[in-house]
Amino acid sequence: MNMLIKGGRVIDPAQGIDEILDVLIVDGKIAKVGKNLKGEGETIDAAGKLVTPGLIDLHVHLRDPGQEYKEDIVSGTRAAAAGGFTSVACMPNTSPVNDNKAVTLYIRNKAKEEGLVNVFPVGSITKGLKGESLAEMGDLKEAGCLAVSDDGRPVASGELMRRAMEYARPFGLVVIAHSEELSIVGEGVMNDGFVATELGLKGIPWVAEDAAIARDVMLAEFTGARLHVAHVSTKGAVEIVRQAKKRGVKVTCEATPHHFTLTDEAVRGYDTNAKMNPPLRGADDVAAIRAGLADGAIDAIATDHAPHHIDEKNVEFNIAMNGIVGLETALPLALKLVEEKVLSLADVIARLTAGPARALGIPRGTLKDGAPADVTIIDTELAWTVEPSKLLSKSKNTPFAGWRMTGAAIYTIVNGKVVWQR
Amino acid sequence: MAFRHKHILGTEFLSREDIELILDTAESFKEINSREIKKVPILRGKTIINLFFEASTRTRTSFEIAGKRLSADTVNISASSSSVVKGETLEDTAKNLEAMKPDIVVMRHSASGAPHYLAERIQSSVINAGDGAHEHPSQALLDLLTIREHKGTLEGLTVAIIGDITHSRVARSNLYAMQKMGMKVRLAGPGTMVPPGIEKLGAEVHTDMREAIRGADVVMMLRIQLERQGKTMLPTLREYAQFFGLNTENLKLAKEDAIVLHPGPMNRGVEISSYVADGPQNVILEQVENGVAVRMALLYLVAGGEAKE
Repeated sequence: MNMLIKGGRVIDPAQGIDEILDVLIVDGKIAKVGKNLKGEGETIDAAGKLVTPGLIDLHVHLRDPGQEYKEDIVSGTRAAAAGGFTSVACMPNTSPVNDNKAVTLYIRNKAKEEGLVNVFPVGSITKGLKGESLAEMGDLKEAGCLAVSDDGRPVASGELMRRAMEYARPFGLVVIAHSEELSIVGEGVMNDGFVATELGLKGIPWVAEDAAIARDVMLAEFTGARLHVAHVSTKGAVEIVRQAKKRGVKVTCEATPHHFTLTDEAVRGYDTNAKMNPPLRGADDVAAIRAGLADGAIDAIATDHAPHHIDEKNVEFNIAMNGIVGLETALPLALKLVEEKVLSLADVIARLTAGPARALGIPRGTLKDGAPADVTIIDTELAWTVEPSKLLSKSKNTPFAGWRMTGAAIYTIVNGKVVWQR
Repeated sequence: MAFRHKHILGTEFLSREDIELILDTAESFKEINSREIKKVPILRGKTIINLFFEASTRTRTSFEIAGKRLSADTVNISASSSSVVKGETLEDTAKNLEAMKPDIVVMRHSASGAPHYLAERIQSSVINAGDGAHEHPSQALLDLLTIREHKGTLEGLTVAIIGDITHSRVARSNLYAMQKMGMKVRLAGPGTMVPPGIEKLGAEVHTDMREAIRGADVVMMLRIQLERQGKTMLPTLREYAQFFGLNTENLKLAKEDAIVLHPGPMNRGVEISSYVADGPQNVILEQVENGVAVRMALLYLVAGGEAKE
């Protein structure tokens, strides 16, 4: 698997590189990044294009095993490749739950044999995601999980979350928190505020998220565990993580493209594709997420890719499932932050590569010599329109239908092999 | 003036002229309701389905009588919203109804937005008979008709709406409609029952019910829905009655000729004392009477009916 990518603008935030360079791949690894390189095998002319480490999405739902009518490892990794992602971390809320070695191995094997990109399974914190007792984290780690999470639902018991962190720590497992205080969420179905008042829908206030994140961050401080906070959506959540980092707490966090792009105004008309958890928030929150991405309080952009069947969305708002597909729209939405002067191009790439790699603890997200040859070549000018029927994900639940996007991956290269070309 | 609306989903979407037309039409229909033969052939051959996913006696009966007095064929369907869990989806229900070619579907549903969902999927006109905590337009319109009959005009009146604003579709529909008619709306309720940002809709929000009532032309009491509020919204009904119940004492703060409305069903001794409910200022049964006329007007107008009798 030898390849030479010539003349692109190489941005590798992990090494502080941003210049026109060649990238040489030998045997599926990065051999060298430099000027006027020569090599055997395929040559890709990347002149005028952006060459970056392969994008990493540390929060997706591949729905496999058990909910293949929404997505499976093949369709999900194809959508990832089309979106420019070379690695994804998939959440354990499958059926059966990824709370044991057998499920982890199934995911890894299927991904290896049929998947297009690297798949990093996330094991569950508690058995069956029930929040009652710890999953066999040691076994999960040995089977290949790098992190554990009960994503989709919080670990309600503070005691159990404490024990989970204490137990995960010596195994080197990252604990990914879906932080939500359910007793405050109540029957809420969208952000609590004026739009909810007008629409007559029950609200989920910011304090339901902030209170839970505060608890989890403090537990991480107390136990010394590595905590990653999933999908922060509020002003307060960003600030809690920012302050914790200053105190030296081992915490990272992510934000989704929809939370830095849309507000709860998108729910008007009872659009179930604007229903997610955490919910779309207010304009202040969106501004705070953007500021957090800019100053590094937020380490990673993650999609929370949540495929749902049309039957699960084409219903009354209050019974519709939460979440949207995100893999194929994340990159242009992130690039929009550059256009809107929120982040530099290098910072956007950092939040899609080095940031998530560090949060998950994987030796990817960089073009360092010897690193696995995961590379994304991006045409930042390419204009296209989001047509749900053309998405490669099995599910089409996106609130961005009809949006004009600028920027797309034109080559997605995983371990030295082109898996997607546009 | 022509009525342009195919659906009546909420007062939010009606103009002042629309509302005036509805009220004037309703007024002209009121006479029919006092005849010996209470039936006119205006909607003969039209089919109306009353699709109620939530229990309702008053509203459903009122719509049914309204349809029958206009000679439409009315069919009532009562379905439990919870049956969606095991039964048919709302989309399938909509498609099945569609196949039977009704002209108008009157819908009540516990989910806010459900009538909008239906209106997007069927050819018939949809009239919202109450959706979740969102809107209940026919209720607001019958309230306006009742107020107009008593006060002669709506412009410039001050209304106090007291109670559970958060869960009230009646409050939202009235808030939109009353302001369009030039009325001033004051709201008051317990801290747990005043939703965020409601003042942005133009209401004056009070924490003390007495301040809301003071000098008002109209006092509208909302039903405390015991089945919805659970245990966390209020300590006791006794305390609720003490701070947010209308009684002969605090009613004195309103204008001397103020009228008292309640959308029903009433919890006597909770949000309204029996002395007030049965007292000289109450117009509660007139609201019910006007409900039939207003619903006749709505059915007639969305059916695109031409010359009135």
